[in-house]
Amino acid sequence: MTALLDVQGISKSFGGVRAVHGLSFAVGAGEILGVIGPNGAGKSTLFNLINGVFAPDEGRVVFRGSDITGEIPYRVARAGMARTHQIVQPLERMTVLENCTVGACFGRENLGLSRAREAAREAAVFVGLGDRLDLPAAQLTIAGKKRLELARALSARPMLLLLDEVLAGLNPTEVEHMIGIIRRIREGGVTIIMIEHLMQAIMSLSDRIVVLNSGQKLTEGAPADVARDPAVIEAYLGDPALAAKLHAGA
Amino acid sequence: MLGIVASLIDGVLVGSVYGLAAMGLTLIWGVMDVVNLTHGAVIVAGMFALYLLTAALGISPYLALPPVLVGGFAVGVGLYWLAVHRMVGRPPLMSLLSTFAVNLVLIGLGTGIWGTVLFNVPVSLPGLSLGRYTFPGTHILAAVLTAVIAGVLYLFLYRTRYGKAIRAVAGNREAAELVGIPTIRVLSFAFGLGVALAAVSGMLIGTLFPFTVLSGDAYQLKSFIVTVLGGLGSPTGALLGGILLGLIEGVTTPFMPVSWTVVIEFVLFIAVLIAFPSGIFARRRT
Amino acid sequence: MRADPLGAPQLATGVVLFRRPFFWIIAAVIAVFIAAPLWGNDVQLRESLLLATVYITLASNLNIMLGYAGYVNFGSIVFFGLGGYICVYLMSAQAWPLAAATLVAGIAVSVLAYVFGIGILRLRGPFFALSTIGVNEAVKAFVSTFEPWGGSAGLYLSSELFQPLGGPRQALWVIYFLLVAVMGCSLYLSYGIKVSKFGLGLFAIGQNEDAASVLGVPTRRYKALAYSVSAFLPALAGALYFFKSAFIQPSDAFDLSLSTEAMVIAMLGGQGTVTGVAVGAYFYEELRGWLLTSETFSNFQLVIAGTLLLVIVLFLPGGLMGWLYERWPRLKRVLE
Repeated sequence: MTALLDVQGISKSFGGVRAVHGLSFAVGAGEILGVIGPNGAGKSTLFNLINGVFAPDEGRVVFRGSDITGEIPYRVARAGMARTHQIVQPLERMTVLENCTVGACFGRENLGLSRAREAAREAAVFVGLGDRLDLPAAQLTIAGKKRLELARALSARPMLLLLDEVLAGLNPTEVEHMIGIIRRIREGGVTIIMIEHLMQAIMSLSDRIVVLNSGQKLTEGAPADVARDPAVIEAYLGDPALAAKLHAGA
Repeated sequence: MLGIVASLIDGVLVGSVYGLAAMGLTLIWGVMDVVNLTHGAVIVAGMFALYLLTAALGISPYLALPPVLVGGFAVGVGLYWLAVHRMVGRPPLMSLLSTFAVNLVLIGLGTGIWGTVLFNVPVSLPGLSLGRYTFPGTHILAAVLTAVIAGVLYLFLYRTRYGKAIRAVAGNREAAELVGIPTIRVLSFAFGLGVALAAVSGMLIGTLFPFTVLSGDAYQLKSFIVTVLGGLGSPTGALLGGILLGLIEGVTTPFMPVSWTVVIEFVLFIAVLIAFPSGIFARRRT
Repeated sequence: MRADPLGAPQLATGVVLFRRPFFWIIAAVIAVFIAAPLWGNDVQLRESLLLATVYITLASNLNIMLGYAGYVNFGSIVFFGLGGYICVYLMSAQAWPLAAATLVAGIAVSVLAYVFGIGILRLRGPFFALSTIGVNEAVKAFVSTFEPWGGSAGLYLSSELFQPLGGPRQALWVIYFLLVAVMGCSLYLSYGIKVSKFGLGLFAIGQNEDAASVLGVPTRRYKALAYSVSAFLPALAGALYFFKSAFIQPSDAFDLSLSTEAMVIAMLGGQGTVTGVAVGAYFYEELRGWLLTSETFSNFQLVIAGTLLLVIVLFLPGGLMGWLYERWPRLKRVLE
């Protein structure tokens, strides 16, 4: 299996604090890869290193066969990668449709305006925002903003989608809805890497899981195996509630 | 050779006052992420306060320092409530424009009242002579006073509860609020303090050089350069940066026409920013 | 949640201008500018409208950086002044005709702006704003000591140069119409950009530059392009304006108060809107005219500008158009 994304030994330090160290893993086309780990394990930093927000101090990031290590975010987006943020970043004064149109215009396919608007509309309807297309993004609820974040990333018709805690802050019904959407995204052929704290969700969605701890890869494997791994449980014992959920979610 | 050394020493003296001016700017910037574009106008206000107090009331120049300090603080708090309070948390563009607007009003009023006439406050102090070179007493005293004020500021920020509150708000405003620090009061206090420092630096500069209502721009620019050299939010960095700027001026100004100084400084400003986005002496800031 | 004063702008609707009512509204404004002074041969009206065209040109081009991309360009006057200098120099020293000199001035200034832009647009927010002042001051200082351009004394144009336009009196009319054309182009340009993909990218940058970059907006290129594009028409305006004055000197050409006023106009009218610029210019001119006739206020031009700006930033950040849109949201369908 040629990997869609190949992360090779990346490291990043911020002023003496090692956020990520010697991290390597690969993601195959069509997979859903889950990334879990206790707080501060370096998960969001990992995403930032993959999509170009920071350049790694060491290591390489290879996407679709090309080396994109340290490439500027907009070139990474143009290469076919899209991402959502843990803290949502809507373009507040623009409407839902306009937000998504930005994604469609400047994503992989570099669409012209009218085709971009169509793609944007499709993506917005897909996540369930079809009734709020002309609403300014600032006026959405948190759940709405999370959906917008996702729709905007989807509008770019990416090959790889990075989801950063897209379920955080949602109530159970909304979580159900999102999980369904994520499944349908994968069915559409998009590869997904997702960071999540909601154990049950990520365990059921992911094909494989990578566990991070203190910026390093602890282990990777099938969800069931990872959940039983004593090293993983010990890492989470710093957070007993999470460890219990880990155990229960397998 | 000795001439250059003398120039450099004088540069350090004058530069320290630049550092004092910049301390006010960088304090405000660091605490509330607001660029205070009234900075130049406040410096000018300090200069004119010196003039009015000495000329109209016949007070000895250096005795003007306490009233300028207190008055500057009061003006600063007022400015905070007028132009800054509603801008905290909004895009930085807005506070930039609001302080810019106040600056327009202040300078406009100033030129309306005093025109662009040159003012001078003659201060006679015995200088310090070393060989052929005399260091003006005003320069020395200004540097000494700057050092004292900087020292007091340091003690305040690092040894008093209120100072710690300011640093807490600068580090993480939400966390500070959660811990129970009255952030708005702290912000207005910090702004007042920053403006007071700027006003006092203006007063001291007034003892060194003649000035007009429009002099503020040049010193505001110097403050920005110093802030950038010294790192945002770092008063120590500001002092060091000021001295560095003073040194640079000491070495270059004898060799070129005055009008080019501003240009050189702007080019320096832009070049340093592009090369060192967080300042040369910067401590890491999240 | 408090409604956004400007509401959602109408972006990304495609550059299909002729079918949109706003296109014809701009055309009507241009027609008024042309017809009003012609009717009754009113020279005084023409002169005050000429000043208005300059303000509108400067403000609508400034809007591209300020209102769309969110970058404050304090020193935008440098485009105007430099355009003026290049044109006057080419005509007086090199005997170029007006058309060629003006066009070359515009192109040269845009190219310079792109080159400078790439550099200073790496700076964010306040640093960028201050460096634009620096660019203006540096150019002013340079020109003041540059002898071929007259140094600080400036350059004069002989009145013979008005002959190809039919003599001095007719030349003034021709210049006026050309400036109206430049103003019209500025309005159409800012409108066209606003509804285009480029404009969408600029607005995204203005809302959240980091998010825009992650979304694929080529932020560096777009910002430099916007800076360069926003330099072209003001340079043309400067060329024409200083040709008409037949005299240019650094203190006039690079006068920061003019770009400050342009900024106040853009904010007053409603940053990011095209209509707002024209509305703001009109209101500002009226206010200034009224206040300046009163003795006490005549020295206080910038005080007025400053107070206006402060009031807008504090209480009416969407400007006049923002206020109008809030009261009559349906206006947004027609106006930009």
